Amino acid sequence: MTDASANNSASGKSSLLVQDARTRKRNAVEARFKWYGITAIAIGCVFLILLVTAITFNGSRAFRQTFVTVPVTLDAAAIEAAEASMMKTSQYRKMIEAALLTEVAEANIETDMDAGKLGDMLSSSAPAQMREFVLANPNRIGDTVSFDFLTSSRVDGYLKGRVTRDSLANDKNLDAAHLDLVDQMRDIGMVVKRFNIDFIIGSDASEERPEQAGMGVSILGSLFMMFVVLLLSLPIGVAASIYLEEFAPKSRWTDLIEVNISNLAAVPSIVFGILGVAVFIQIGHLPKSAPLVGGLVLTLMTLPTIIISTRAALKAVPPSIREAALGVGASKMQSVFHHVLPLAMPGILTGTIIGLAQALGETAPLLLIGMVGFIATNYPTGPIDGFLSPNSAMPAQIYEWAKRADPAYYERAWGGIIILLVFLLAMNVIAVILRRRFERRW
Amino acid sequence: MPFLWILIALIIIASVAFVLGRQRAVQSAGGDSRKLHSLPGFYGWNTAIGAMVPSIVILAVWMIAQPIIVNMSIAPMITSVEASDSATLGLVLSNVTNVSEGLDAAIAAGAITDNEVAALNAETDNIKGLLSQVGKVVGSDITPEILDAARASRDMNATGTLFKTIVVLAAAIAGGAFALTKIRPDLWARNQVETFVRYVLITAASIAILTTIGIVLSLIFNTVKFFGMYSATDFFFGLSWLPRFQGESDLGILPLMWGTVYISIIALLVAVPIGLFAAIYLSEYASKGVRAVAKPALEVLAGIPTIVYGLFALLTVGPLLKSAFGDGGVLGVQWMGSADAAMTAGLVMGIMLIPFVSSLSDDIINAVPQAMRDGSYGLGATKSETIKQVVLPAALPGIVGAVLLAASRAIGETMIVVLGAGAAAQLSLNPFDAMTTVTTRIVAQLTGDTDFASATALVAFALGMTLFVVTLGLNILALYIVRKYREQYE
Repeated sequence: MTDASANNSASGKSSLLVQDARTRKRNAVEARFKWYGITAIAIGCVFLILLVTAITFNGSRAFRQTFVTVPVTLDAAAIEAAEASMMKTSQYRKMIEAALLTEVAEANIETDMDAGKLGDMLSSSAPAQMREFVLANPNRIGDTVSFDFLTSSRVDGYLKGRVTRDSLANDKNLDAAHLDLVDQMRDIGMVVKRFNIDFIIGSDASEERPEQAGMGVSILGSLFMMFVVLLLSLPIGVAASIYLEEFAPKSRWTDLIEVNISNLAAVPSIVFGILGVAVFIQIGHLPKSAPLVGGLVLTLMTLPTIIISTRAALKAVPPSIREAALGVGASKMQSVFHHVLPLAMPGILTGTIIGLAQALGETAPLLLIGMVGFIATNYPTGPIDGFLSPNSAMPAQIYEWAKRADPAYYERAWGGIIILLVFLLAMNVIAVILRRRFERRW
Repeated sequence: MPFLWILIALIIIASVAFVLGRQRAVQSAGGDSRKLHSLPGFYGWNTAIGAMVPSIVILAVWMIAQPIIVNMSIAPMITSVEASDSATLGLVLSNVTNVSEGLDAAIAAGAITDNEVAALNAETDNIKGLLSQVGKVVGSDITPEILDAARASRDMNATGTLFKTIVVLAAAIAGGAFALTKIRPDLWARNQVETFVRYVLITAASIAILTTIGIVLSLIFNTVKFFGMYSATDFFFGLSWLPRFQGESDLGILPLMWGTVYISIIALLVAVPIGLFAAIYLSEYASKGVRAVAKPALEVLAGIPTIVYGLFALLTVGPLLKSAFGDGGVLGVQWMGSADAAMTAGLVMGIMLIPFVSSLSDDIINAVPQAMRDGSYGLGATKSETIKQVVLPAALPGIVGAVLLAASRAIGETMIVVLGAGAAAQLSLNPFDAMTTVTTRIVAQLTGDTDFASATALVAFALGMTLFVVTLGLNILALYIVRKYREQYE
């Protein structure tokens, strides 16, 4: 009070047209406060842009891979000798290396490297690729077939700017001379960088062959898991929500269930992983690393989310619908299953898809039940094998790649994130469309 | 008969029961379904339920009981182990199970015949080699005793499975037939079916409770086992974390707790101001257009999986921070040794939590009645003064609740710290040092081989228990505050 009166006497004759010092100060505070808000939102958006840029910039490279085209003559005698020997692939390797050397010489590129050293620029998957072709097409033996072999990840990294001559100084496989050669081969079109479908559909590869690794098998693992999650969490979640929303009497038991569900929704996901290890693997003796177990754990994790959104969808159906059904003689059960549930279905499906999307991106519990490591190597042979044999999942595969030492795997981890985000985006778009098209406002 | 076939047979029996029940109901009413108490379909369902429920209950009980009974009856065959030494006995028994499963697999793969199994001699034949052919690796040596027990267990399992199939299918048929005989026009079939459906719904709702019980029991059981091997005082008050698989580990939780709390505080220091100011701006200042763009943009941050943030921390933010604060960095200081640091993880975790804080606070600020703002404007306060002196104090309990929820999220977050925070358990004050958290160590102790017998593996459960209790406490506190506050204005 004393402040205010002192202030008044100080300003004396104040004018409405001229702001006094205190008003200016208050307005300045006001403007500053507004700017804090704008800055906060701007920071949030900058982070988002930074994140998206980092993902697209680093990840898009993983979809393109460097290939070298080498025509190899499938000499019957050499192939027979290779098949008879103990080290089949190393025999094939020699054939490829020799063919590469001739090809380089024919292209008038001068080099003093021998065939073996020249072959270091090829991926170690090349011999297996050739052998597979020979076994699949025995009638082509004797012809000259033009193969597109993957180059080693170093050559690929050089063309993508990840590997430089300096960084190769301590590399035991490749040196600067190889890179000079690659430059010339690229100029004549022998070495090309093009879209690599195997990154999307292929299987994981060992630590030394990043150029060969792909997401395909782990995508399948994720799909098998999502199938389990959908099959269990949708019926259980809907049944639980119907009970809680439509039938449950106001009792302590109901209260307990409700408090429980809201608490479960906030339990850290890793705790569900511990539950999975203890209950499904330690006590239930289910196979480790199996998508079935992963699906069960993720089901328990997504159930609260699905129950919460399903209850909201059921609540949104006006009571008049129920009363009308009861009025024409339907039982309570019939009014719910014949009228309320179909009307709430779009909302329920939207919630379920969003819950599934959350489960698809979850990693931590999968690490605990062992869905990580060099395991996404073979396609499942059938549906049962798909559920029970060890497999990885998309986010776990990304984690696995991020842990490996070779920077070539980082690029693939980013690329894997693009694939994962495409799945999530698709699911969210479907959810939004469902909501827009079918959700009724009463 | 394998499990899947039993299920298919049960479904076929139930479908037949449905058709028969429906027919019989219509017949009993003389073909006029109006004379029935319920619609004919309900009689069909009633019969199908009569066939399914008892048989499925028997099947479930049998599948749980059979391995236990088999193990109990072959346990006396193991004479080399004292019956009182239950841990060793358990190991031997699991070996027996392995061998008998391996023999089954070998027969299925055609590597050996039934008669040859009976003639196997543990001392002369290479059974291990045989089993590894079919992909079953048995760790310890196969003694004659184990082989005999495995043969006995195979025989018992075979008879058990045969009887199981017969009993379950018989129960299904008998149940269906019994329900069929009870069909009369005045049977309240709809009410019976609806009561059954109601019980199914209650069971589904109770799964949430079962999950919690499962979490609590699995944590408690293994934690108690851990405290049997390692002293609880050393665990809760130990200042060093040095797990060694050979034994003699130091498993003190304090360094881990320190890292967890430190990283969470950094994350909250990032997320709370940004999230709160964003929420204030969005709810009090922003025009509709800005709100329509900025709110979803922030919420996208919440929809991104944590593995993406983890990779972002490991490969983008970490190196970036190191180039600023590390050796030879732009700032010329040497605070940061490696890209993995509490700062890296905390910063990225803060970004992740921004939408969490902002959307919760947004809801809470919007719930403050407009009349309070109008009153304040009427007294001549500016917008910011109204927000600071009226809206925020009124919303404070809710905002505290939101921050607590964010804190519990930060403490339980795993992937960002696993990839971004490093692995060194140290009590350091420098935010640019590598630190490790409770969640990271749970992952480290449980990934790889899980034998659940050593203190180094079991410590994960004690860590999980601590994590569960702390986050649960924070959540309950937050929900309590939020709920109490909401009642004020409703």
